[in-house]
Amino acid sequence: MSIQQASDDQTTAPAHLWKVSVSPHLKSSESVEKIMWTVVACLVPPLILSVFVFGIQTLLITAVSVISCVVVEAVSQKTLGRPVTIKDGSAVLTGLLLAFVIPPGVSPLLPILAAVFAIYIGKHLLGGIGYNFFNPALLGRAFLLASFPVAMTSAWLSPVEGFGIFSYLAGSVDAVSTATPLAVMKEQGMAIFTETFGSGASLYGSFFLGWRPGCIGETSGFLLVLGGLYLIYRGYITWHIPASLLGSIAVLTWIFGGESYFSGDPLLALLSGGAILGAFYMATDYVTSPTTKTAQIIYGIGIGALTVLIRLKGGYPEGICYAILLMNPLSTVLDGWFKPKRFALPAGGAK
Amino acid sequence: MKSLLTFPKGGVHPPECKAQTQGLGIEIMPVPDELELILGQHIGAPCTATVAKRDEVIEGAVIGEVQKGLGVPLHSPVAGKIKNLATSVHAVRVSAPSITIEVDREAAPVQYQKVDWQQLAGADLLAKIHDAGIIGIGGAGFPTHVKLNPPADSPVDTLVLNGAECEPYITADHRQMLENPGQIVEGAKIILKILGITRCFIGIENNKPDAIREMTKAAEQASGGEYSITIQPLQVKYPQGSEKQLIQAITGRKVPAMALPSAVGVVVQNVTTAKAIYDAVVYGKPLYEKVVTIAGKGIARQANLQVKIGTKVRDIVKYLGGLQPGLAKVVMGGPMMGFAVSSLDVPVTKTTSAVLFLTEDEIDTKPHSQCIRCGWCLDACPMGLEPKEIGIYVEANRAQDTAQFGVFDCFECGSCAYVCPAKRPLVQFIRLAKMKAKRQ
Ligand code: SF4
Ligand code: SF4
Repeated sequence: MSIQQASDDQTTAPAHLWKVSVSPHLKSSESVEKIMWTVVACLVPPLILSVFVFGIQTLLITAVSVISCVVVEAVSQKTLGRPVTIKDGSAVLTGLLLAFVIPPGVSPLLPILAAVFAIYIGKHLLGGIGYNFFNPALLGRAFLLASFPVAMTSAWLSPVEGFGIFSYLAGSVDAVSTATPLAVMKEQGMAIFTETFGSGASLYGSFFLGWRPGCIGETSGFLLVLGGLYLIYRGYITWHIPASLLGSIAVLTWIFGGESYFSGDPLLALLSGGAILGAFYMATDYVTSPTTKTAQIIYGIGIGALTVLIRLKGGYPEGICYAILLMNPLSTVLDGWFKPKRFALPAGGAK
Repeated sequence: MKSLLTFPKGGVHPPECKAQTQGLGIEIMPVPDELELILGQHIGAPCTATVAKRDEVIEGAVIGEVQKGLGVPLHSPVAGKIKNLATSVHAVRVSAPSITIEVDREAAPVQYQKVDWQQLAGADLLAKIHDAGIIGIGGAGFPTHVKLNPPADSPVDTLVLNGAECEPYITADHRQMLENPGQIVEGAKIILKILGITRCFIGIENNKPDAIREMTKAAEQASGGEYSITIQPLQVKYPQGSEKQLIQAITGRKVPAMALPSAVGVVVQNVTTAKAIYDAVVYGKPLYEKVVTIAGKGIARQANLQVKIGTKVRDIVKYLGGLQPGLAKVVMGGPMMGFAVSSLDVPVTKTTSAVLFLTEDEIDTKPHSQCIRCGWCLDACPMGLEPKEIGIYVEANRAQDTAQFGVFDCFECGSCAYVCPAKRPLVQFIRLAKMKAKRQ
């Protein structure tokens, strides 16, 4: 039968154009793209704030990081013969997160190197999205920390005064380097810390809003929490990982973090060192975190405990990054232990 | 109003898309010139034709009989002449043996006499149901007389009538409950008598408040005396109408894997099957007509059509004014579990509840990508399975190792594939896995 004949009564769409695929024929409107771009959008307010805190330099570092991640993703996929998926937003998100966890005062060369390491080696050589068992952004940061320890631990900027957002561009970065709160506390003790950053409500307030030295993304707890809550509201992440992670940091810091037991400052622990960024945006990364709820809670507690351990005993004040990287490969193991509960097994219990 | 019940684990909320047809009363479609009846209308053994080419048959005459195995006879929906015994296009099996009947337009419609079924014994009622060719109208089409005769070692105490109609688009059961509530309830009483029990629940999703009202009225009138028939409103959640989920929602009992509902003392029938049982027992009328929801933007007019079994989709399209631009998919059944077909020559069978003509914007055609391990499919699966792992294993050519993820418990409801943000064809993966995996 010719198409002409076939279309006699199938007037508008001849049968050979119909799609014949397996059910279901309806799919939800969610997509990987939509999820990734939404997370990216949630990170924009803290980024904008960081411009006012540290100056326009943060925007520059972020742009370099995002662009290099996207370029590296495209090149990796091309050379490995895979479809190029830069439009799905996951490379943009990695770039953004990477910029958020490195000191804003570093040379733009660093995020470029980190992007190559994170995306090419950490993601695509391991099989691409879905198969990378380490969080790429954190992998990039760990790589930088190992290769450029000095820059990565000293290029912090003090919050700028007033609205002088361009002030750092003029002068030399090193001259104004300062130490992050956790480093101060660890190396110089609580007294100096209070002297430098204040104490009580004003301390919590300025930390929560973001007025303190740190990475771009760890500066504004308030905006990060807001974005995180929005992601929970949209159903893109659930409370399990952030709550168990932050909860365990708070409890363990309270118990072990002070001069004596039960005298630590849980609130300060939550507001410093990227805990919030890590809890809502890094530890919840789908690919590198467990999928069942019980496994997620254990995973969160594991990260929290390791964070506190690294902060108190290890050499790295901002412990959460390593804590997440250490737990990443365990997520498949946890998934294997805590499988979803089957509806009902065969009678007699035999599987 | 009673509290709304539902099943606890998994489930999804696809757009209901029922508004456009739920107000359309059941409309009787004129009989086309020719019908094509597939001999295998249900799971179990197919029929063998008992007529020969050029035989004359009357409306309701037996034209196919099951020689051995589980099954029910097939009847001629019209008076006419057997035109051909051949193979027909089939929605699922690609092609299947069939009987083509040329309709005799002169013949007068058969008048069926009402009988008082109360006088009949359970075994006689069961025989009537078998003889009328009744199968489960909602799903795979399990022969009803078999379901109503549960094994002696699993005593049944509850009948559940399924009026959930959780598939989007379909409103055929909804219309039956609105237009024939008394007959459905009477059908329920017949089933109760056959099973020798007294308790029946009729589960209806809460998006059909008018049906709940009408059915409640009918059930109250019928209830007194020995039978207790209760309407149970249910939350709107897919797949509420799946047997195991419905039983759990209403009775709290869990049917074990690989077992039948009678294992937990329950028999489930679709509301429209109950109506067919009423017709068969009270009027002696075989099952050869079917109410089918015709919906989607790809057809000129949407409707709830009562058609003869064997009516071709092509004739339905002609009757309703033709196809519309942008038609991208023709689906026999609901959008979550139905089958896409590639030809309008497919005939309606006893289990066809809808024919959907979906346009590009009604379906999803995005290509799929790699699993991002979001775990949404795990949360959506009502059976507690791991569709993500099954998909990954199948892609890695390890389909034979998927029994550990419960692939045989999957009833292909499609909830997992519906929510997957990577648009992975998880049901397709699962079907492949079922073919390769070994039962443990
Ligand atoms: S199709 Fe199977 S695996 Fe997917 S949600 Fe339904 S029962 Fe679960
Ligand atoms: S919903 Fe899709 S992407 Fe998410 S875990 Fe399941 S299969 Fe993977």
